[in-house]
Amino acid sequence: MFDDGQTVVDDQATSKIKLDHVVIRFAGDSGDGMQLTGSQFSDTSAMLGNDIATFPNYPAEIRAPEGSIYGVSGFQVHIGEVEISTPGDDVDVLVAMNPAALKTNHSAVQAGKMIIVDVDEFTAKNLTKAGYAQNPLEDGSLGSHVIIKAPITQLSREAIKDIGLDNTSMNRTRNMFALGMVFWMFSRPLDYTIKFLEKKFGHKPNIFEANVKVLKAGYHYAETLELLPSAFTVLPAKMTGGTYRIIMGNTAIAWGLLAAAEKSGKQLFLGSYPITPASDILHELSEHQHFGVVTFQAEDEIAGIGSAIGAAFAGDLAITTTSGPGLALKSEAIGLAVMTELPLVIVDVQRGGPSTGLPTKTEQADLLQAMYGRNGECPVIVVAPSSPANCFDFAYEASRLALEHMTPVILLSDGYIANGSAPWRIRSMADMPPITPARSPEPGAEWMPYLRDPQSLARQWALPGTPGFEHRIGGLEKEDMTGHISYDPENHEHMVKLRAEKVQRVENYIPELQVDGAESGDLLVVGWGGTYGSLLTAVKSLHEEGRSIGLAHFNYLNPMPRNTREVLSRFKKIAVCELNLGQFATLLRSKFPEFQYLQFNKVQGLPFTVLELNNHFLHLLAKP
Amino acid sequence: MSDLPNYTFKDFASDQEVRWCPGCGDYVILRAMQKALPMMGRRKEEFVFVSGIGCSSRFPYYMETYGFHGIHGRAPAIATGVKLANPKLSVWVITGDGDGLAIGGNHMIHAIRRNVDLNIVLFNNKIYGLTKGQFSPTSDIGQKTKSSPYGNTQPPFNFGELVMGSAGQFYARVPDNNPNDMADIFVAAEKHQGTSVVEVLQNCVIFNDGAFDAVVDKSVREDMLLYLKHGEKMLFGKEKSKGVRFNGRQLEAVTLGENGITEADILVHDATDPNPSMHFMLTQLQYPLPVGIVRSVEVPTFEERVAVQVKNLKERSKYKKVDDLLFSGETYQV
Ligand code: SF4
Repeated sequence: MFDDGQTVVDDQATSKIKLDHVVIRFAGDSGDGMQLTGSQFSDTSAMLGNDIATFPNYPAEIRAPEGSIYGVSGFQVHIGEVEISTPGDDVDVLVAMNPAALKTNHSAVQAGKMIIVDVDEFTAKNLTKAGYAQNPLEDGSLGSHVIIKAPITQLSREAIKDIGLDNTSMNRTRNMFALGMVFWMFSRPLDYTIKFLEKKFGHKPNIFEANVKVLKAGYHYAETLELLPSAFTVLPAKMTGGTYRIIMGNTAIAWGLLAAAEKSGKQLFLGSYPITPASDILHELSEHQHFGVVTFQAEDEIAGIGSAIGAAFAGDLAITTTSGPGLALKSEAIGLAVMTELPLVIVDVQRGGPSTGLPTKTEQADLLQAMYGRNGECPVIVVAPSSPANCFDFAYEASRLALEHMTPVILLSDGYIANGSAPWRIRSMADMPPITPARSPEPGAEWMPYLRDPQSLARQWALPGTPGFEHRIGGLEKEDMTGHISYDPENHEHMVKLRAEKVQRVENYIPELQVDGAESGDLLVVGWGGTYGSLLTAVKSLHEEGRSIGLAHFNYLNPMPRNTREVLSRFKKIAVCELNLGQFATLLRSKFPEFQYLQFNKVQGLPFTVLELNNHFLHLLAKP
Repeated sequence: MSDLPNYTFKDFASDQEVRWCPGCGDYVILRAMQKALPMMGRRKEEFVFVSGIGCSSRFPYYMETYGFHGIHGRAPAIATGVKLANPKLSVWVITGDGDGLAIGGNHMIHAIRRNVDLNIVLFNNKIYGLTKGQFSPTSDIGQKTKSSPYGNTQPPFNFGELVMGSAGQFYARVPDNNPNDMADIFVAAEKHQGTSVVEVLQNCVIFNDGAFDAVVDKSVREDMLLYLKHGEKMLFGKEKSKGVRFNGRQLEAVTLGENGITEADILVHDATDPNPSMHFMLTQLQYPLPVGIVRSVEVPTFEERVAVQVKNLKERSKYKKVDDLLFSGETYQV
């Protein structure tokens, strides 16, 4: 039934088919608990040692009308015995809790693959809401899928009829039935989810009991159902040994910031304004005020960064978090931080734009805004994490660079890795590299506000409250060294160049660019940020087939690694792949105009699929 | 406090040349502040002056303290960050009617509502000075300016009302020709825990000269201004022969001895009344124009509320180090 990448092992004892990876998508109404169902499945799988990648896809509306197409919420899980880098393109098993979920998701399911539906929800009314003229389960329009018509609503209610719950509460357990079915199909134990339910509903014994009963009912239903003659199992993946946990990108960013604060001995300050999809970082850090974190929910985006700049002036590791529209509002203040040469981390979790755009969808179209979107010559460091797990490392790295180089750093995450989760081999604090914030002047030393480190050009950081170093800084152009206001033409040009040089010299403090796959040859795939998983999967498979293809994936966008030119020169063709109309390609063209850049772009609010990348790379490799 | 140096105003004057127009009211404010700081019982390095953009916002450059010249309107936000990062500092916001009430109006009302222990001094000259003479949010209806050559058509904010409406707990008003009262008010503002707002009626000699003359000029001020003192009767006039009473509907100026009015009819000022109704009416009163501390009520500051939460969390939390968090909850071995 599973055509590619599968290992069929005849296991007499359990008669289960073993697979090396499988993609499951849970889809239903926003109120159906699909995110919870999906994450329970992925967490359980990770505990069993599978590698996983997840992709929640939810509507911007909090509660869209029930049963409507735009109220459909989905959660896709890719689990594997092999290394998993993406949530997968094609769905092997789709769980559709109502007609609208089927309508919006069925095209992702290839022929021959399985669709489980809650047949009770396929009423005339719901079919109309989903825009079906006829019942697709009956008119043969779905094509050659294995359709499992399970009376999920009815059986769920049946299982808990004696508990005495009201109608709404009874219906809310349906997702557990579906989860139970899928657990059985993939030989997952129930205990992790039962423990989770106990924690969530322990104080409401009725609800807890009902959810467990329905979960087990789904499990047993799948076991006894004739339509599921055998089950599948996915073996553990071969991953580097260590202690793991499942982590979401936004959580990883919050934790990376906490780690950087502890390592640098600085108080962490977050000034922020709620915005999708970045708010979870604010939520997570607000949970951890016991570490001495100050989280300040401001009146707007500008006050968010304004307060962070104030905190940086006072000596904190200062952060502001936002998404594209918020970054636009913060532009002027970023310029102030550049001018005053204060450390500041600006986290932009990119979403579809322009304007309000697609708040819950992913995109990489803020790159040029991050690079250039300010008045004046206003360079900042720009870095981008490339997976949910390495959000931790790059939040830490962004903090290190800001504190050591006395400059704002923009961290460009995106909605895809922010909400996606993956196994993370936990770093212990002892393994994290040291962070040495810019020096404060020695008591009694000859000092000036813009006195610099001769190598990094970072200025010293004299904190209010320290006697003897009273000084004034601000947004007006400063005389070099003294920091006095200066309108002198020569001084202005000198300072503009100095600020640019300071950021450029960061290249001496960051690692070189690595290439995955072929080290040189026909085609170099270039990407940055959150597309790493898809690009790596595509490039690796082609490289393993013997093609001359390599991947240069950038985490450091400004400045770029110092060997960038040399890497670009090793290949005949360069294809820059990004979820925008070619912003990184534009940057590369301006910095390294001697090379030709082909582009592969997608702007649909969705990540690349491995299939489309594969096809495109094959096409490029085939052309002379 | 015993090791506190014996500061004079000179200790707080920076080496920068003051660049305001000769005769500008800002000079008086600067001098009053330099006079007030030594009276606050704090060390020099604890003071931070944060400003936005405008004539007033050059102020930090002239103070020999820590200073931050921000961007237009954002000083309250920046100052909030400074104070939250280091609550031991004495943090001052210097702003104007354009900076603080137009482009920065949102930050202003939220800073006041939040009650962070900031001291906000707003130089109100009813005009944009630095951009050379456009009307501001406090300009009068009909005021002729470069951008309202036929008279301003936008009704003004009354800043005192705005402070009251934003749940302000400390508000004082002072004219720029009264440096002694001003210095005392700055000291009181610093002492007050929570956001303190001081509105200075400041004369811009270049673009709006004499804007407040009708009430603050030395020749008329005794008769036009009501000098509020906590616990004292609201009497005014050279002979203190006039006063303010509440007529059941609003405040009104009355003359003692006329229409049977006696001192018993005159209101006693209570700046500490938690109920802001009387303070509201005082901010609205035009004749006499109340100056001095209108309201000074101590309620917990934002930082105090946060500190209580953090203390409880620290005692309760099972995470002492970041490692505890990283390895907490559901982990597994590979
Ligand atoms: S323009 Fe007006 S407010 Fe500005 S410095 Fe001159 S007199 Fe003072």
